[in-house]
Amino acid sequence: MLRSAEDLIARRERLRGGEEMPECCIRVCAGTGCRATGGYETYEEFKRLADPDRVQVRPTGCQGFCEKGPLVIIEPHEIFYQRVLPSDAAKILDITVGRDVALQNLLVDDPVTREVSRAKREVRFYGKQLPIVLSLCGRVDPAEIDDYIAEGGYGALAKVLSSMTPEEVIEEVKLSGLRGRGGAGFLAGVKWESGRRAFGDTKYVIANGDEGDPGAFMDRSIMEGDPHSVLEGMIICAYAVGKCRHGYIYVREEYPLAVKHLEVAIAQARETGLLGHDILGSGFGFDIEIRRGAGAFVCGESTALMFSIEGVRGMPRVTPPRSVEAGLFGKPTVLNNVETLANIPWIITEGADWFRSMGTEDSPGTKVFALTGKVRNTGLIEVPMGITMREVVNEIGGGVLGDRRIKAVQVGGPSGGCLPKEHLDLPLDFDSLDKVGAMMGSGGLVVMDEDDCMVDVARYFLSFTQVESCGKCPPCRIGTFEMLTILNRITQGDGRPGDIELLEAIGTQVRETSLCGLGQSAPNPVLSTIRHFREEYEAHVNMGYCPGGVCAGLGSYRIVDEECILCGLCKDVCAYAAVVDGHRSYFIDNETCTACRACLGVCPVDCIVVEPATKKVVTP
Amino acid sequence: MGPDVVKEANVETLCSCEEEKAVADIVGRYRDTDGVLVDVLHDVQSAFKYLPDSVLRRVSAELRLPLSRVYGVATFYSGFRFTPPPRNEIKVCTGTACHVRGAPGVLKVFEDTLGIAAGERTSDGWVGLETVSCIGCCALAPALVVNGAIRRGKDASKVIENLEPIDRGDEDVA
Repeated sequence: MLRSAEDLIARRERLRGGEEMPECCIRVCAGTGCRATGGYETYEEFKRLADPDRVQVRPTGCQGFCEKGPLVIIEPHEIFYQRVLPSDAAKILDITVGRDVALQNLLVDDPVTREVSRAKREVRFYGKQLPIVLSLCGRVDPAEIDDYIAEGGYGALAKVLSSMTPEEVIEEVKLSGLRGRGGAGFLAGVKWESGRRAFGDTKYVIANGDEGDPGAFMDRSIMEGDPHSVLEGMIICAYAVGKCRHGYIYVREEYPLAVKHLEVAIAQARETGLLGHDILGSGFGFDIEIRRGAGAFVCGESTALMFSIEGVRGMPRVTPPRSVEAGLFGKPTVLNNVETLANIPWIITEGADWFRSMGTEDSPGTKVFALTGKVRNTGLIEVPMGITMREVVNEIGGGVLGDRRIKAVQVGGPSGGCLPKEHLDLPLDFDSLDKVGAMMGSGGLVVMDEDDCMVDVARYFLSFTQVESCGKCPPCRIGTFEMLTILNRITQGDGRPGDIELLEAIGTQVRETSLCGLGQSAPNPVLSTIRHFREEYEAHVNMGYCPGGVCAGLGSYRIVDEECILCGLCKDVCAYAAVVDGHRSYFIDNETCTACRACLGVCPVDCIVVEPATKKVVTP
Repeated sequence: MGPDVVKEANVETLCSCEEEKAVADIVGRYRDTDGVLVDVLHDVQSAFKYLPDSVLRRVSAELRLPLSRVYGVATFYSGFRFTPPPRNEIKVCTGTACHVRGAPGVLKVFEDTLGIAAGERTSDGWVGLETVSCIGCCALAPALVVNGAIRRGKDASKVIENLEPIDRGDEDVA
């Protein structure tokens, strides 16, 4: 039990100076991504085989490079291994740990240059990254509070409680220019100040870990891999806001490991005296409770989230009053995203100037992104704000998969937009993205290549928001339904003249008149793809043709005779008898063909081409 | 004694003694906290595998909340289910990253092999097929959740071969 800031420092020094700890440490990634490929079994095998007097074995949170998992770091040799299976453990202990020789087949080789890297920092995926929030994620064992303390954890809290007034804390956060990482980018310090000024005898702090955007897993990795940084940020926030004895972390139920690690972290923090009645002997008391979501995307919206914590249906309400005035249980409530809170300890320890030295003037600091889609290296990355998308895709992502070319990057999930390849040199920060109709969102980056159809992507996002619409306000409930109907029609080849304009008109109305952020941003993927890829929509509607070759039911099918090997598979698979056996050739009767794409799938030599069709005569 | 709702309910919908005790235990854990309905429903679902009507009536009585409120909340969140789970549960992730990396194809493999559509289960209750919007494993796209364990979508056909006739976690690593 730590009773003062000095106790904490003494404990940190003792942990750091622990000479009884063996020098060699094997850090095995046991984040959700690596677990899916067997990371935890690898950890257990190391644990079983390693001699605890000579080697420490630690399960860590996400090390980022999920594509190559399970990942293993060996110190002090600084060796970074990928795709390590339990069967490799014995060999690694014998050869790498015992004789300091790297196993070539487990090292990462660059997908472009084929160069082999030995240390983690040499891997190109990590080269351009600047880990701040993620710096401990993948290093510490998330289930061990001492790991976090040894790395300087809770130092910021000790500093705040022993030498700073709440006003000074707020001032520091305001000076840092930290903007909310949940998507909207509101200044965290200003929010805290409003919370402090709000009238009320009880106030609440909430960490929003309801990361529902498909294609995003930043918050999950932070909660799983470094849960104490979130707790520390929350405690500091509660101290700054004042009159706040209770906080909640709202986590998606789809993240069971995050819930488990947070539960362990909270229990350990309580035992250590970092949560509870009298934190570090300062007289300041605060406690945190976890609340699980139940599969409703709309609960990521702040007012809906608070209703969900109250145990009722999570439907957003009209603001004002804003949550900082009347939020959870009607009390002033400061709600921050998990990543925002994880930045706080760093800002307090290193200072606002240090934080401002990274990123851009208006968006200081770093941002964690989930880089996925058609790139060679997918995973979790942290980069300074203002880095260009091209650097992210080409340097960190290692370029687009296969020999395809990039078409666009989808930023910000179902609330965001598509950034076409012409804008790849745009700096990644809140304001630049806003200007081109995209949105930072929570930070999902999904790379798309020429084979992706932007109309289908827009339809996909809308089908998601339409299902997730809570139904409270008509613009969102009816508007998204109507837009989806039109998009379904277009992608099935039944688009009508005027459909694109109709989508724009409905989309604008939904954006302007919906009650909450979900509805207001739901049309973004549609409007931004129409803005940047109008010709694709026109091809679907006017020519009955999908340039990406994704949408079934579109286009005119033709067998290229010169390439056809006369195997007849297409004829066998066609359920509509549209493939006709001519003399020494096959051809497709487009009157009978339904463009179901079955033949495309079976042709062994890919000799069937889809071309713009003229046959579709559609009358509204 | 619980409120009137339970007294008026007919005999079939009253839950058994064990159920009653289980619900009382769960509610007891949250005795002094505000707004616990969602968490109670989570715990009830993990104890009973789903939310049976008789148990929900018991929850309403224990928490002293109208049954309409309990049902209103339970049906709002897609994480709650009202029928027993199938023996094997396959969830195909159709999040953005999975979508562009071929989730529709993976889903089709399951639909064709099992002869059921997403959201359905085989008539014998052996396999239930569902889609989920994102499990946050985008780096493994397309991804699947098979009986709680996350797998790569390319293993789709292997997953079907390895399904258990009894509900046991699919732990083996391909």
